[in-house]
Amino acid sequence: MSDVVSCSAGDWVEIERVLLEPADRSTNLPEETAAQPLRMWVKGFARLAAAVGDEVTIETMTGRVVTGTLTDVNPGYAHTFGRPTPELTHVGRDLRDRVAAYRAKAGE
Amino acid sequence: MAGKTEAILARKGEIMKRALGMDYSQFEQSPIAFDYEGMMTAHGYSIDDIIGIQRAGGVGRTPLLELRNLTDLVRSYSEPGYGARIFVKDEAANMAGSFKDRRASVSIHVAKEKGYAGVIAATSGNYGAAVSSQAARAGLNCIIVQEAFDSRHVGQPEIIEKSRICEAFGAEVIQLTVGPELFSHMLELLDDTGYLAASLYSAFGVSGIETLGYELAEEMTAVTGAPPTHVVVTHAGGGNTTGTARGLKRAGATTEIVSASVDLSGLHMASDSDFNRKSFTTGHTGFGVPFATWPDRADVPRNAARALRYMDRYLTVSQGEVFYVTEAMAKLEGLERGPSGNTAMAAAMSLARDLPADATVVVQETEYTGAGKHHWAQLNFARENGVEVRAGDPAENVPGKSIIIPERPEQIRAKDFDLAKMRRSYVRNALSHAPEGYVPTDADIAFLAEDTNSDAATVEETIAGLRAT
Repeated sequence: MSDVVSCSAGDWVEIERVLLEPADRSTNLPEETAAQPLRMWVKGFARLAAAVGDEVTIETMTGRVVTGTLTDVNPGYAHTFGRPTPELTHVGRDLRDRVAAYRAKAGE
Repeated sequence: MAGKTEAILARKGEIMKRALGMDYSQFEQSPIAFDYEGMMTAHGYSIDDIIGIQRAGGVGRTPLLELRNLTDLVRSYSEPGYGARIFVKDEAANMAGSFKDRRASVSIHVAKEKGYAGVIAATSGNYGAAVSSQAARAGLNCIIVQEAFDSRHVGQPEIIEKSRICEAFGAEVIQLTVGPELFSHMLELLDDTGYLAASLYSAFGVSGIETLGYELAEEMTAVTGAPPTHVVVTHAGGGNTTGTARGLKRAGATTEIVSASVDLSGLHMASDSDFNRKSFTTGHTGFGVPFATWPDRADVPRNAARALRYMDRYLTVSQGEVFYVTEAMAKLEGLERGPSGNTAMAAAMSLARDLPADATVVVQETEYTGAGKHHWAQLNFARENGVEVRAGDPAENVPGKSIIIPERPEQIRAKDFDLAKMRRSYVRNALSHAPEGYVPTDADIAFLAEDTNSDAATVEETIAGLRAT
């Protein structure tokens, strides 16, 4: 989420909509899924200025016009690599040693 | 169910008929059988036409690499004289980073030819990137509908990366919380926009994968003098197995087709709480088993991906084994690729160990990796979501609860899934979708035998068994 709390007309933003309330959801869903609304997020260019939490209409990349609650302005991505997995850090060293040892033995 | 959802689902047939660019009713033969080959060839494109379409789209002709270090590693713990040669088709070299470019290319070509203004696909995987990239090249609008978040608005990092890459290629990405109602929303979008449904399961999509099998048969013949003895295919919805096997057959190969999935047994695919306890978003048994045993659950009237027709074996591996192999591939072979594509590689290492040294095993795909898709990101996310990650014997893994990273490569042991059981399950599903009391004809039995890669006697025996229960 960005720190920006409002957008101007023409800004690239993200909105949220509830597509189905729990009561309207499909039958045969696991309980924990059925208890939740089906929510949707989509990005586009804001038609008017708005604050996060306001209802706003956007035009998406395909030109569709969608209305929903403003959730983010100039939305980005924060997914990353993170730290190495300790259980895997030795794998490269160990396996290179094993291949070298196998080749040395095969070459004897 | 909501009136709105019911209303759109009631119009499914009409919406899909326009959106699929093909009338599927012409192939129906009975409540059970349909003309599969007729459907697969109705587009009229020869394999050379498809190769031409893909060349123009920047798709295919990916490097075939022999993995000498990995082969020697496997030989270091195989019985003397065992340890097949392992090769990989580096499909990550396609423009959008996976074999899915092949699958998207024909649909996009058709959309352009038939004058659709855009395409829509429902996918949280690499296919979204492929459709978005191909659509950008063709100057078509593109909407990708993704199941992206649980109810806390927390997304699997691999899926979030897929949202990002689709947007990078100019697609409109619709991110949804968990639930099968994604399909009715896609129908609404198809109805509103008039775009082509670029289904993963259309004949266009699966025909596009045939070039992969065809190419690798030719390339292996150039390198070793013959098509491979075995091809290992990461299996989910069945298109990868089906298309690759069909391509190999076209090239005249008699290769054994080994499908492979990550074992995610016990996790419910529509569960909000299980959603982020999976460290694999595809290539797993949660899709692999239901789609093989009932392919026509897909978003097309008849699924072109019919894996049971082509599978000779079905192997499962654990999440920890695949992460280990992903690390090994980078360190031993200089190939840093995504985990889902490496599912088949883990199975191939296990398979190669039990095959003679002169056998040849081709893993027919890799996928791109990077932030979110990388195995570190996946494992960090698993830990954050309460999944235990530890070193040990991968046989002790419990999907959704623990990921056990092998301590030694000898511990990588794929398990054979019972194909006979899957065939029986398919026949049961086919009968249960026919009207009550319908008696299968000889033609139906012949169809079921073909669709399950078995014979009429086996199908009849299964049907008799079902009647007795």
